[in-house]
Amino acid sequence: MFLKDYISDVYNGVTSLLKGMRKTGYYFTHSKEIITEQYPDNRATLKLADRFKGEVVMPHDQNNEHTCTGCTACELACPNGTIKIITKFDITPEGKKKKAIDAFIYRLEMCTLCNLCIVACPSDAIIMAPNFEHSVFDRSKLTKVLNKPGSKIKEGIE
Amino acid sequence: MYNQTEIIKDTTNLGPDGELVVNMGPQHPATHGVLHLVVTLNGETIKKIEPHLGYIHRSIEKMCESLTYRQFIYVTSRMDYLSSHINNTACALLVEKGMQIEVPERAKVVRTILNELTRIASHELWIGAMAMDLGAFTPFFYAFREREMITDIMEDTCGARLTMNYIVPGGLMYDIHPDFQTKVKAFVKQFKEKVTEYEDLVTGNVIFQSRTQGVGTLSYEDAISYGCTGPVARASGVSCDMRKIAPYDAYDRVEFDEVIETAGDSFARYIVRVKEMNQSIRIIEQLIDNIPEGDFVGKTKNVLKLAKGEFYQRVETARGELGVYIVSEGATTPYRIKFRSPGFSNLSVLDHIAKGSKIGDLMATMGTLDLVIPDIDR
Repeated sequence: MFLKDYISDVYNGVTSLLKGMRKTGYYFTHSKEIITEQYPDNRATLKLADRFKGEVVMPHDQNNEHTCTGCTACELACPNGTIKIITKFDITPEGKKKKAIDAFIYRLEMCTLCNLCIVACPSDAIIMAPNFEHSVFDRSKLTKVLNKPGSKIKEGIE
Repeated sequence: MYNQTEIIKDTTNLGPDGELVVNMGPQHPATHGVLHLVVTLNGETIKKIEPHLGYIHRSIEKMCESLTYRQFIYVTSRMDYLSSHINNTACALLVEKGMQIEVPERAKVVRTILNELTRIASHELWIGAMAMDLGAFTPFFYAFREREMITDIMEDTCGARLTMNYIVPGGLMYDIHPDFQTKVKAFVKQFKEKVTEYEDLVTGNVIFQSRTQGVGTLSYEDAISYGCTGPVARASGVSCDMRKIAPYDAYDRVEFDEVIETAGDSFARYIVRVKEMNQSIRIIEQLIDNIPEGDFVGKTKNVLKLAKGEFYQRVETARGELGVYIVSEGATTPYRIKFRSPGFSNLSVLDHIAKGSKIGDLMATMGTLDLVIPDIDR
């Protein structure tokens, strides 16, 4: 009886091993079905999803104008204190004072990319950009000013 | 020349009865995180296991107390990061329950589909990782191939692969991606074809079966008294599926079976999870063609304030029952928040079921408990 069990054990072991190895062999000969991405080499053709949350950016148009009014809704919505908005008062041609942003400070090192600031923004001034290569040598380089120098608010945005 | 026994006598680790204390972790490849097990051995037989926790404690519960009801949801993605979507759903459901926010049908159905996709992704990762603990290297890559499709769907719709934060009180953060339905259907089709590969590679493997069958047996009574939930309890015959007991979102209108095994050993826990993936596919198939049109988020006030009182909501994550408990003083932030995580109770049973077995079997027992350490420590 012992010998019979032993032989059946060996038989079962070998068949289950061959069954598994058949799958492995199939993919060894069908390399087109393998989906591995060759990341640093395919950087030129790499396309991320449109909604990928990489970092917060402030889009500017060709006249160097943005749509941020400095209402600080994003600053209040942020759970980590990532955003700090410094406002100033511009003098309009009519001689009135108008609130505008001086600096939109964004600390990427504190950001958890939760998207709450984007949802809170009433004028769609900030969006998430699909950039993910954030490695730098110094942490201070991750503190960014999002509005470009010399930029101003678009006409008609209150 | 020393012989072997003399070498052991020289060490100072020996207890009164010839016990040897081995520290497993906090950096150990099989603990999948910073779990520290102090294992007392007699020869190769385990006499006692003492888990030491706290290496990845981030005081999430205290952190949530200073965040508003919109903000605290994203933190819960960092607890059980493999079912982060389900954690977010639990918190959103609680806030909706406390404020009587009407959730649109579309949001409910999309949430349910995404929850089930998250559950499949979690079980896929678990199959790969556990098979790797037991020495099989190939299933890891096969499991991650299907998981990659799910993370691609998540990336398209939610914008992130792991910590989605797609759910807000009242519905969803934004509408689903236009390709959502076609991609999910493609995934369902591929999964159904490829799930047989796991059966061939893992389930039918003689080495895998003999390493898991009869190992780490948990009885029906012990599963209840230790507070086990999820696949761990269902493998011992306990009916504890929150989707059946207290349906939330769209679970009351779909047909699926609660998978229950009675053996209670590691192999039964494996079988429960494999069958659960098929049930999740069944739920997705019923819902994916019937996503109702309409709003994706309900009307909410600008500032959310929960009424004074206590609120509790429980959901079924990939690991078991997650409970969220909030004490509110009527302010914009919770007064006290407590998470009942499934991993903690499932870990507490480890000492009981691994006692008396060999140290090699500890890998199989611990692997099938499916521990996620950030969920235990919070």
